[in-house]
Amino acid sequence: MIKLIKKMKKGWLALALVAVLFVAAAGCSNQGTTADDEFSGSFNIIGSNTVTPLTSVWAENFMKMHTEVNIAVSGPGSGAGIAALINGTTDICQASRTIKQQEVDQAKANGVEPYEIQVASDALSVVVNPANPVSELTITQLSAIYINQITNWKEVGGNDAPIVALSRDTNSGTHVFFKEHVVQMAGLPSADESLEYGPKVLLLPSTEEGVSEVARNPNAIFYPGLGYVTEEVKPLAIKQTADSEGVLPSVATALDGTYPIARPLLYYTNGEPTGTIKSFIDYCLSPEGQERVTEVGYVPLG
Amino acid sequence: MSERKSPAVTAVGVKKTLRRRWRPGEKFIEGWIFLAGILAIVILLGIIALLLKEGLPIFIHTTPWEFFFGTKWYPVSEPPTFGIMPFFVATIWITLVATAISVSVGIACAAYLAEVAPAKVRETVKPIVEILAGFPSVVMGFIGLMLLSPLVQSALNLNTGLSGLTAGIMLSLMSLPIVISVSEDALRAVPDDFRQAAYALGATRWETIWHVSIPGALSGITAAIMLGVGRAIGETMTVLMVAGGALAVPISPTEPMMPMTAAIASGIGNAVRGGLQYQALFAIGLVLFVITLAVNLVADRVLERQKRKFAR
Repeated sequence: MIKLIKKMKKGWLALALVAVLFVAAAGCSNQGTTADDEFSGSFNIIGSNTVTPLTSVWAENFMKMHTEVNIAVSGPGSGAGIAALINGTTDICQASRTIKQQEVDQAKANGVEPYEIQVASDALSVVVNPANPVSELTITQLSAIYINQITNWKEVGGNDAPIVALSRDTNSGTHVFFKEHVVQMAGLPSADESLEYGPKVLLLPSTEEGVSEVARNPNAIFYPGLGYVTEEVKPLAIKQTADSEGVLPSVATALDGTYPIARPLLYYTNGEPTGTIKSFIDYCLSPEGQERVTEVGYVPLG
Repeated sequence: MSERKSPAVTAVGVKKTLRRRWRPGEKFIEGWIFLAGILAIVILLGIIALLLKEGLPIFIHTTPWEFFFGTKWYPVSEPPTFGIMPFFVATIWITLVATAISVSVGIACAAYLAEVAPAKVRETVKPIVEILAGFPSVVMGFIGLMLLSPLVQSALNLNTGLSGLTAGIMLSLMSLPIVISVSEDALRAVPDDFRQAAYALGATRWETIWHVSIPGALSGITAAIMLGVGRAIGETMTVLMVAGGALAVPISPTEPMMPMTAAIASGIGNAVRGGLQYQALFAIGLVLFVITLAVNLVADRVLERQKRKFAR
């Protein structure tokens, strides 16, 4: 018995050794293929949680067409993606907001030249639980809800119930975009850049978690991108001002510009893209790539 | 018969043959182990130095008073403000809830296992309890999100089930195995003479547990509690998922809140190396490190005292 165990142990050791060698060899060969041959090599895309579903579809299709290419996609948030671009740890940064001047300065200080490419658009839907009778809100009301000025649904025509305002955390481009365009009401006469999310707003680590909480909680409100809206939540019609008509978020209303909370989805690279990365972005912008945008639930480039 | 099969004897047998086989490499292995030992210390010092180097510069921008007692955390605003009071209070609330549950349940469970349960039950239950410790924290977070938070919400009629209380309950489940395991060891280390003496004086089993065994093992139980507290303070993924993440200073544990670990996790991806937010997050890390270090030191001290108490 003991001998058998010893034999097994030896076997495991050998197996582990082989595994290590294998991984090492794979690592070497991987580095080897990062040559400037146009359709091979590996690169990574880090950034927005919102753009991730779209980027994943593009990356999958592109890798199917060019089997030598390896693309790694991850979506911690636009801020995280831009930080990764500045720190030089990503090849492409996917973002759901434009880069800030301060970040451009930091990038330049690090020798990185951010190059912006718009790949699609997104409409930011505001969703509530289907049991909630409220069906439309103005931007001003939304702002008041998110600075914790309005705290009860009856103040906006709903039930007498407290409002549970959900938001993404500061990693997210959606957090920043919503703050600028809704909380601070950019572009409206009442715009006020000193407004901030109220302290009672829940900051969640992912968009999926917000959507599932809204599906469960009749008092919750959240703002996912169009691609994240499921059957279990109800999107609200948004009114630019109290007099204008409420517009529901959809690809059509975002394309014709009537939906007020739409935004560009962007890629940032260090300088103009070349080689494999350029061919990947060309694919994203091609008619075929843009067809995928509609399938995933976003708004293709007009 | 059973003596021959005991693991100790087997181990000795293996050791002998191993020794014969590995003797040529022994010096090499010895050196390697020595390096590994030193490496741990080097890494620890390196981490402390890094935390200090990256975290302390924030106090040039924000005074320590404002940092520790400020209630506003707006790292991506212009100008940014960094007040960690909400995170600090949230950590205290969640740790309190987790400790209250894990201590009351854990010590009772340990007392049962050590004093009452037959050996067979103990030998089955204890490993099962220890398996609970092996659950990945993201799984616990997922369970909290999907099962516990709706329960907490409807049971207490809250606005949202994502609260410090929910996080505290999940964390108590995660620190429970440590509390049970260490307290049980402490209770079993109390010499049997003590119990026999109590019984001889006519004490019931409950009186013996309450007045003899538990006081005798108190330092070990304290250490168990401290270890559980340390686990609860440092846990990140679960609290990030279920604590709710509101930035207000929580007045009660039923409110959504963001403890220090979640604040670091949700902000660090966004932080540019060397930026103000980056420094502030490292400073939070430093605070967290100091707290867990203090807790672990106390636990270590107390455990040491327990060992000396019964050393013969």
